[in-house]
Amino acid sequence: MNIGIEHYLVLSAILFVIGAYGVIVRKNLIIVLMSLELMLNAANLAFVAFSNALGDMTGHVFMIMTITVAAAEVAVGLALLVSIYSHRESLDIDILKLLKG
Amino acid sequence: METVVFYVFAALALAGALMVITFKNPVSSALSLVLTLFSTAVLFVLLLAHFVAVIQILVYAGAIMILFLFTVMFLNLKPDALKFESKHLGFKVSALLVILLFVGYFASLGFKKGLYLSNTSTSDIEGFGTVQGVGMSLFTDYLLPFELTSILILVAIIGVVVIAKKRAN
Repeated sequence: MNIGIEHYLVLSAILFVIGAYGVIVRKNLIIVLMSLELMLNAANLAFVAFSNALGDMTGHVFMIMTITVAAAEVAVGLALLVSIYSHRESLDIDILKLLKG
Repeated sequence: METVVFYVFAALALAGALMVITFKNPVSSALSLVLTLFSTAVLFVLLLAHFVAVIQILVYAGAIMILFLFTVMFLNLKPDALKFESKHLGFKVSALLVILLFVGYFASLGFKKGLYLSNTSTSDIEGFGTVQGVGMSLFTDYLLPFELTSILILVAIIGVVVIAKKRAN
């Protein structure tokens, strides 16, 4: 095995940065949710890489937990999105400032 | 061979991720996200995490992305619903710098603590990454978190029904 753990960790970090950038910069609510998925996926990659490096399967268990949380998050997020779109006819994230003081 | 596979699929994953955050159309973004998730599944196979790789494709790239695509198509977006002004260039650059600073800081912390591990030969461990191995871990050591996950899903189901329900009046 000539690809070390650090390759996977660097890839995971880059994917996480791309995802975080998408969450902050994009204004489309759907794409913000997808960028969130990207960040979770990067964390999963790091979990599995460490699991391989340490020879311990705990990382795999956590990865399954993360997928479950991601599924729940997507379901709730998309329900909110449908509700917002039916109220406002727009997916612009900047219209959601009702709570602004 | 393994090196080539790693670099090809790492490049595909990065390309997919970049396409997710650049495309205007949510459907194109969703399909790019499927590309990223699929490439990550291949990397999981390289890491000897076979069960997790299958789960990644079935649940993540399958079920969750279908949910995304279904919702996007169900909403029947008008073209002008996707046209809003993008943020300033200065905002974008500063956002990127702040994220890089945070991730770089934590990465440097990790490397300083000596998380720079050499790869042990996990292929010698019996049942590593198989359904049996993961299942044994999941249903013995991590039984309580596993059961709590079901409560999380129940809460999510109820929440979704309440949020998406049409108002009575």
